[in-house]
Amino acid sequence: MSDAVLATFGLNKAFGALKATDDVSIDLKPGEIHAVIGPNGAGKSTLIAQISGALAPDSGRVTLLGQDITGLSTAERAQAGLGRTFQVSALAMEDTVLENALLGATGALSRAGRLFASLGRDTELQERAAAALQRVGLSDVAGTRCADLSHGQRRQLEVAVALTLRPKAFLMDEPMAGLGADGSKRMTGFLDGLRSEAPILLVEHDMDAVFSLADRISVLVYGKVIATGSVDDIRRSPEVRDAYLGESA
Amino acid sequence: MIAERWLNMGVLLAFLAIPLWALAVDEPFTITLATRAAILALAAVGLNIALGIGGLVSLGHAAFFGLGGYAMGILGFHAQSFTALELGPLTIEGTKSMPVIWAVAVVVSALAAWVIGLLSLRTTGVYFIMITLAFGQMFFYFAISWGAYGGEDGLSIYVRNGFPGLNTLVPIQFFGLVFGILCLALALQARLRLSPFGLALNAARQSPARVEAIGLNPMRLKLVAFVLSGAITGLAGALFADLNRFVSPTMFSWQLSGELIILIIIGGVGRLMGPVIGAALFVALEHWLGGLTDFWHVWLGVVLLGIVLFARGGVVGLLTGKAGPHV
Repeated sequence: MSDAVLATFGLNKAFGALKATDDVSIDLKPGEIHAVIGPNGAGKSTLIAQISGALAPDSGRVTLLGQDITGLSTAERAQAGLGRTFQVSALAMEDTVLENALLGATGALSRAGRLFASLGRDTELQERAAAALQRVGLSDVAGTRCADLSHGQRRQLEVAVALTLRPKAFLMDEPMAGLGADGSKRMTGFLDGLRSEAPILLVEHDMDAVFSLADRISVLVYGKVIATGSVDDIRRSPEVRDAYLGESA
Repeated sequence: MIAERWLNMGVLLAFLAIPLWALAVDEPFTITLATRAAILALAAVGLNIALGIGGLVSLGHAAFFGLGGYAMGILGFHAQSFTALELGPLTIEGTKSMPVIWAVAVVVSALAAWVIGLLSLRTTGVYFIMITLAFGQMFFYFAISWGAYGGEDGLSIYVRNGFPGLNTLVPIQFFGLVFGILCLALALQARLRLSPFGLALNAARQSPARVEAIGLNPMRLKLVAFVLSGAITGLAGALFADLNRFVSPTMFSWQLSGELIILIIIGGVGRLMGPVIGAALFVALEHWLGGLTDFWHVWLGVVLLGIVLFARGGVVGLLTGKAGPHV
């Protein structure tokens, strides 16, 4: 556990009588993709919210590079090196693709205090943003308004904005959501190469993607982690089959 | 369709040409009207930073307008009555110097905006509108009951305050001063919009969750914008008081806050020249229609309705063919 980049220890969160997160301890090791799967209502979103800082756990801790970040705000966690993408694209829709990437760079390079400096002349910002767009293959549409992008391009931009942060760990909430077979395959290929840069905690519904990408899988059912293991372990586990795969896969 | 850059330059040139024409044909009242429009435009430029870029629909910006007005009124009052202002251990002399009054107006309204912003930015949407309205009304009723400075009757300042090297009582000179400040404020906003801060603020309006996820605090961005916004509107208030040589609680009235929003909507929300066009149209309508009927606000309402229904980007949006930001 000591070499984990991102880890949770005994996270608990209840909404009234419902235990949405029940003693969840998972960790993310360097260079791996750790997928979290589970049926609808298993508490995946609640878990993500607690790791990203949107929701405070009732008890338990979240650490990033061994440092306790449980008490930090979402913004402070991002500064500490947690790069996240959203299930439903949360982009500045009126702004261009480049402006969205520049926004990420502005956060990453702590430039927001510059009230009257020129964005256009800040070459460090521009380079950081352009590099991220290049990596996800959006350079050609840099000047397009985000609202005019296709759904798939928005998913790519989500990842590009996270890339501008040069995070220590990625937290990705269904990056394949709504992508067609082609788009899904391309995103899978991209994430495959990304893990060497920073490990990815991946919450995903797309089972093909999960099975082809994940180094380890944790299965969440009713707020509890019922199994953690390699793809084969999870495929073979009778508990998992009962709880989850038997119904939907 | 006109490129926004050319439209902006045309608007400023027209704004400058009208009082110069009035000077040539000796119509000082038109110059005063243009000055009034420029001051309202300045107040709305302030609000436009919060409303147009930050998406903060403040129905309490009259608070800053009034604070600027009273900063001028109180300092001017003590100067003309040759009494000092006693604030506990602190004794402040009155002044007739515009730069000093402006500095006080800016600092006081910025501080007020910081406190009001800190409390009201915890809310959004309708609640934000209501809480800013409540703050505005607090100032309004305080001014009404403040007998030392005229209470409900307001406060007359007999001689317009001075600016080094100018005779501010000459209408065109005072207009020039106001117009210069307006241009400075516009330049400031244009720069702000193209800065990393402006980018982040604009994104905080559209997607606060995104801004947090890249490590910025949306509330802090909005607070900075609100303070800047309040400071500019406060400066406009000081100029407005100097234009009328009179300060009264109506400067704090919620109707004034509403008018500032209305003239931004008419001109174009978030557009650089939106407040300028809106203020010019507002003052022109007020003057001409107001001369024909006491109920000119009805026609203002019709114009507003037409804009809201058929031209969401206001006059600027209509002329440039580009929709503005969504607030």
